[in-house]
Amino acid sequence: MSQNGDSIISVRGLKNAFGEQVVHEGLDLDVRKGEILGVVGGSGTGKSVLMRSIIGLQTPLAGDVTVFGQSMVGRDETEAKNIRRRWGVLFQGGALFSTLTVAENVQVPIREFYPRIDNQLLDEIATYKIAMSGLAPEAAMKYPSELSGGMKKRAGIARALALDPELLFLDEPTAGLDPIGAAAFDQLVKELQKNLDLTVFLITHDLDTLYAICDRVAVLADKKVIAVGTIPELLALDHEWIQEYFRGPRGRAAQATETAEVSA
Amino acid sequence: MSDIAQFEEVTEDGRQVLRFSGPLTLARLGRLPDRLKEVSGRGMLVDVGGVDRMDTVGAWLIHRLVHDNDAEVRGADESTSFLLQNVAAADKPAKIRPDRRPAFVQIMDQMGTATALAGKTMLGLLGFFGALLVTTWTVIKRPRRFRFNATVQRFEIVGIHALGIIGLMSFLIGIVIAQQGAVQLRQFGAEVFTINLIGRLTFRELGVLMTAIMVAGRSGSAFAAQLGSMKLAEEVDAMRTIGVSPMEALVLPRVMATVLMMPLLGFYSAIVAIIGGGLLCWVSLDIPPATFIQRIREVTPITDVWISLIKAPVFGLIIGISGCFQGMQVEGNNEEVGLRTTAAVVQAIFLVIVLDAFFAVFFSEVGWV
Ligand SMILES: Nc1ncnc2c1ncn2[C@@H]1O[C@H](COP(=O)(O)OP(=O)(O)OP(=O)(O)O)[C@@H](O)[C@H]1O
Ligand SMILES: [Mg+2]
Repeated sequence: MSQNGDSIISVRGLKNAFGEQVVHEGLDLDVRKGEILGVVGGSGTGKSVLMRSIIGLQTPLAGDVTVFGQSMVGRDETEAKNIRRRWGVLFQGGALFSTLTVAENVQVPIREFYPRIDNQLLDEIATYKIAMSGLAPEAAMKYPSELSGGMKKRAGIARALALDPELLFLDEPTAGLDPIGAAAFDQLVKELQKNLDLTVFLITHDLDTLYAICDRVAVLADKKVIAVGTIPELLALDHEWIQEYFRGPRGRAAQATETAEVSA
Repeated sequence: MSDIAQFEEVTEDGRQVLRFSGPLTLARLGRLPDRLKEVSGRGMLVDVGGVDRMDTVGAWLIHRLVHDNDAEVRGADESTSFLLQNVAAADKPAKIRPDRRPAFVQIMDQMGTATALAGKTMLGLLGFFGALLVTTWTVIKRPRRFRFNATVQRFEIVGIHALGIIGLMSFLIGIVIAQQGAVQLRQFGAEVFTINLIGRLTFRELGVLMTAIMVAGRSGSAFAAQLGSMKLAEEVDAMRTIGVSPMEALVLPRVMATVLMMPLLGFYSAIVAIIGGGLLCWVSLDIPPATFIQRIREVTPITDVWISLIKAPVFGLIIGISGCFQGMQVEGNNEEVGLRTTAAVVQAIFLVIVLDAFFAVFFSEVGWV
């Protein structure tokens, strides 16, 4: 594995299981500071579970997870809080608070960690975060049940970005977004990463996103991370699933667009 | 450089300059936003060259300052300009919360809404009852559509799983009636009548009533919460599109369960209460069980049993319908599930007690005293 010094997340020997079903076994992964790491794998290979283990929502059966150099396994709430204010999380299902409006949802993390910020500034912050994530201003006042699927996703993104985190966990951020919105989102993440020195753990099935913004890609299969590297590095590997994933009809299409854009 | 965002006001060549320094990030803002509010001056110069780290909140504060004062930014490096541009692009005035209305208007609005809602609920309940009757009729015509397994499973949950708690409750109530009755009647030397009290009260009133309250709390609430969550998750819609009628698959089994289980549970409750009362009579009044049972059979007319058996299914119907009706009304968010569950229980218990009063008068009038 790579050197440990510059990795912001490191997972060693992770094992997770639900009853009889083992989801991860002996899983190792490093996320380096300042990179966008794409995580891919078939449905049900345990990408979301991996994310939940890293952010401490799922207690692993074995193994160790460190984030910002601190172990996440079995730590107490007050310590964990200091880590939590440094990251933002977008869950696969959005996980918006259904009794709060979109604006209030965005304000929740800020209120929690920085109670001294006054209401006017809070409202302003919520407004520009919502606009940044590509929602129309009218959406600020709406409740999650009044949003479309893609709008929920965007509201979730706005909430994940609320604290201007150093580390961002995104579980399928572009699923359910229109292609224009998805491209704009890719752009936003890329630029935030460049300008805010963000590290991004990005689970996705979107090949365009992978090509457009990911610095490295980790492939999850057979209960572990079978390969990590840039897309060309992965393409050089002789693994059936990886080959099929990137060289399949969709993979080729995405690759074609990418090359066209680069040469243009 | 310090660990917190700072700015100082200086004048350079007669021009007002605001010089920022330190980390301009959400975590390190300190009192900066308050202090910034006091600053003003058209055409000032904002110097961000000394800022060593900025996030979008910092950028927003600078943007707002620049925007409000027609100011000019100096010393922005590449990433700072990007952030400033980005927040500027996101600066779209929007209303975050609805306008506040005068208190009087609000109160009138709430009263009106509540009245309309109460009327609508009663109408809706009636409509739901009608729909249930129609469903029952279609199922009777085509018995194959009856969900046998689902119904039996409901019987188990509503009936058998409730035996423990209802038994305990009834046993204790029996003891309380006997004990209180004995204390009061002793003053007239009429302790023996404690048995009349126990027998008639439990069979005629308390057995069924307390059971109804317990079933409303246990099963009525569960119905509302289950159906409500299913509605939120669009499961009910999915059912409809597949061609399964929610009335047949969800509501009918549940209502049948409460209607059929209530008489059994009510009778069981009365018997257990009598056992509790009998135990107390034995222990504290020295009335042996055999005598107690004989006296109970003498003083409790069979009509009391009929009364409870007539009331119980009606109460069960009310509980089942309230629970399912409120559950199917859920829309929007999870809080609604909670509100509807509460409403289901309150509505069921309220209607049960109103009807119980009606039954009491009715049965006295027809001579079942
Ligand atoms: N709470 C749970 N209880 C039991 N099994 C679970 C639970 N959560 C996940 N699993 C199982 O773990 C496996 C991995 O699930 P996970 O949600 O991580 O998949 P995923 O890789 O994120 O898939 P997708 O791409 O479809 O989101 C699945 O087989 C799932 O059935
Ligand atoms: Mg997932």
